[in-house]
Amino acid sequence: MNFRIENAFQTTRRGFLKGGAGLALAIVTPVMAGSNSNAPAAGPGLAGSTMVDGEFSPSAFIRIGTDGMVTIVSKHLEMGQGVYTGLATLVAEELDADWSKVKVEGAPADAKRYNNLFWGPAQGTGGSTAIANSFEQMRRAGATARAMLVAAAAEQWKVPASQISVKASVVSHAASGRKAGFGELAEAAGRQAVPAEVKLKDAKDFTLIGRSAPRVDSVSKTTGRAIFTQDVKLPGMLTAVVAHPPRFGGRVASVDDKAARAIAGVTDVVTIPNGVAVLAKDFWSAKKGRDALKIEWDESAAYRGSSDAIVARYRELAQTPGLAARKDGDAEAALGAAGKVIEAEFAFPFLAHASMEPLNCVMKLDASGCEVWNGEQLHTGDQFALAKMFGLKLEQVKLNMVYAGGSFGRRANPQSDYLLETAQIVQAIKGRAPVKLVWTREDDTRGGYYRPIYLHRVRAALDAKGMPVAWQQRIVGQSIAAGSPFEGMLVKEGIDMLSVEGASTLPYAIPNLNVDLHTTNGEVKVPVQWWRSVGSTHTGFATEVFIDELAGAAGKDPVAYRMALLDKHPRHAGVLRLAAEKAGWNKPLAPSKDGAKRGRGVAVHESFNSFVAQVVEVTVQKDGTFKVDRVVCAIDCGIAVNPDVIEAQMEGGIGYALAAALTGSITLKDGVVEQSNFNDYPVLRINEMPKVEVHIMKSAAKPTGVGEPGVPPLAPALVNALHAATGKRIRTLPIGEQLQTA
Amino acid sequence: MAKINLNGRDVAVDLPDDTPLLWALRDGLDMTGTKYGCGIAMCGACTVHVDGQPTRSCVTPLSALAGKKITTIEAVGEAKVGAAVQAAWQKLDVVQCGYCQSGQIMSATALLATNPKPSDADIDAAMSGNVCRCATYVRIRAAIHEAAKTLA
Repeated sequence: MNFRIENAFQTTRRGFLKGGAGLALAIVTPVMAGSNSNAPAAGPGLAGSTMVDGEFSPSAFIRIGTDGMVTIVSKHLEMGQGVYTGLATLVAEELDADWSKVKVEGAPADAKRYNNLFWGPAQGTGGSTAIANSFEQMRRAGATARAMLVAAAAEQWKVPASQISVKASVVSHAASGRKAGFGELAEAAGRQAVPAEVKLKDAKDFTLIGRSAPRVDSVSKTTGRAIFTQDVKLPGMLTAVVAHPPRFGGRVASVDDKAARAIAGVTDVVTIPNGVAVLAKDFWSAKKGRDALKIEWDESAAYRGSSDAIVARYRELAQTPGLAARKDGDAEAALGAAGKVIEAEFAFPFLAHASMEPLNCVMKLDASGCEVWNGEQLHTGDQFALAKMFGLKLEQVKLNMVYAGGSFGRRANPQSDYLLETAQIVQAIKGRAPVKLVWTREDDTRGGYYRPIYLHRVRAALDAKGMPVAWQQRIVGQSIAAGSPFEGMLVKEGIDMLSVEGASTLPYAIPNLNVDLHTTNGEVKVPVQWWRSVGSTHTGFATEVFIDELAGAAGKDPVAYRMALLDKHPRHAGVLRLAAEKAGWNKPLAPSKDGAKRGRGVAVHESFNSFVAQVVEVTVQKDGTFKVDRVVCAIDCGIAVNPDVIEAQMEGGIGYALAAALTGSITLKDGVVEQSNFNDYPVLRINEMPKVEVHIMKSAAKPTGVGEPGVPPLAPALVNALHAATGKRIRTLPIGEQLQTA
Repeated sequence: MAKINLNGRDVAVDLPDDTPLLWALRDGLDMTGTKYGCGIAMCGACTVHVDGQPTRSCVTPLSALAGKKITTIEAVGEAKVGAAVQAAWQKLDVVQCGYCQSGQIMSATALLATNPKPSDADIDAAMSGNVCRCATYVRIRAAIHEAAKTLA
């Protein structure tokens, strides 16, 4: 899924979003919008010069110092996905830079220069778009700088530019034997005209793309020097810890803060819309203060639902038709006419993102404006939200993007929730001191914005040969986009694309294929949000488990069955074939030495324009406990910019998905979240991590996403493997102890 | 005012004695390499060495540290084993978001200091208290074996 935000963030004289929806989004296939990368950098450059502060700055994305250091400005957040390395690879490739002399820094908020080209005029990171939208833009930035360095050398050496070559940050002229480093040429290059057009390399000439340049953040992240939001410290800064209401929608009725104020180090206690904040000179004092608050909550408007009741209600809704999201033929009619009908129900819990770095934000407010330090993922939306709240002009909101200790979607909050909470606290103390908001792990786990609960009811009819002639899939759950600035363009005729993507796009050739949707935002009042791979977290599971069930009912091999239905989808078929071949699908699985049952399962799914197939191998003990032994993964993401980073994203996506499949579940009881920390919301540990083999399809297509697409196939392939081993079919996630108790 | 021995130096921390070492390091001494992840010793992001033992600094109050030697990620590379672990982590590009990796490296270094040739089962036992939400576990395992090789 790619978003393009059109006519978004239009300002009125008050600096607010125009219109009710504010943001307008359209879903488009990846199209390269025009690139501004040849425009000179903004800044106090001399007229006719691209020298800024003593550095050659031919575009907003690149600076070359007289010491030869190349600084690449990343418009995207580095949250682990390797984007700093990927974007630098693109620039350095066309620049022919020495990789050891390349460093990367985060871009400020400035949508004019740093917009996501798939999101129109908005800056932000998400939907696995970073490399895809930047692929040509960053290469052009590198090629432009290179052309200006070459022009400078040609001028100095009085030789034709066409005779000059560049390799590893050295510009040379073979005939005369002259050489110069980028640093020596920086000032002269700054006096060259910025070329309007540059030629990009042919893929056959790539020396960095496709070669796994080492990560640019490895050293700082292995020595404790990398700076995350949690590590930002400003003079006079206070740390804020907040008591949030126990139920969503609760409000403070009254607060007794005597005990909190008595704690040494506590400076302020302030009531904000979503709770009470205690500020202190350090975290521990602030937390002690927060824990000492006595608060009466007004829960008259609080949501009191329970997970069990939500699922039961969704089961009811699933019996009645919803709004059509896809209507190929008439599935109901075909189901009625068919001899063999198969039906299944799939249920999914709330999931928290649970990034290692709990949510936090540093903010300073003074007469000149507001300055923020944050693992910043939705620059433009956050900038607007803060400008609106403080009554500032957009350019008075300065966002400093630092490393994020994970996000998995959470830091791209369409309501700017934790940024606005920080702003409310800063405002409550009238900007007297900079504030670092720190959510504890418990705050983070209970803070909402979960992957929603979904329930799917799927029915299919098979013909005499066992092939599907009808597929009716009904999805019930909350819309993520509804009520957010993204609603305008993501929700079409009542259908949130994020609720149905992956099901409405089912690739299998089935003549009568209907998908419909019930959206439940009217009755379920839990804040929800995108979670690594969004709709595909549930649609990928339901579709890939169900197709396996159909293959089983037809008595056919799960790989061969899928392949027979993928004639028109060669990239799905390609990764499926590759994963099956590398996993040795056609050979029997080696039996367990101790007599435990073994099984192998497969799934294939497209998300974010990338195609991933996984084969999972499991060993199941007599008591129903099991271990995932090995995952063989094949991905087609177009040109592999950095194969090692892609491999890492597949490994990590598999581990993230496995945690959710095994135990991931946030449950509500009478409106209260029952989990709090890693003790009751367990995440994957090293002893649970399978062996992972990643195979990348060779491709000349434009690069597509890798941060999310590794997630969707894992859970269905695992459940299919467990079925192969035990004959038991799990349709409710997480798997938990269902095999022990079944 | 508590006094602790940190990375070979005696230092004073102007925070109450019940303050966990984690927050003393971060807020009292501006040493931010040691991370906050859970606050209840469930994730290992805050792991430091106390007299060589991997220790969760988020649940270790300053008052428990008198006479003990503390080593953090900022100094672990000054010794041979820590340097080898960091080098292996860099060689294999283990990190993703990186937030947990200080703790991972402290736990791995403590493991290799007492067990120079750990098996996969030894690694599971020593490292399962350290959570990585990016699930870099395949590479953590490989990097520990790699560091063991370079130290042999």
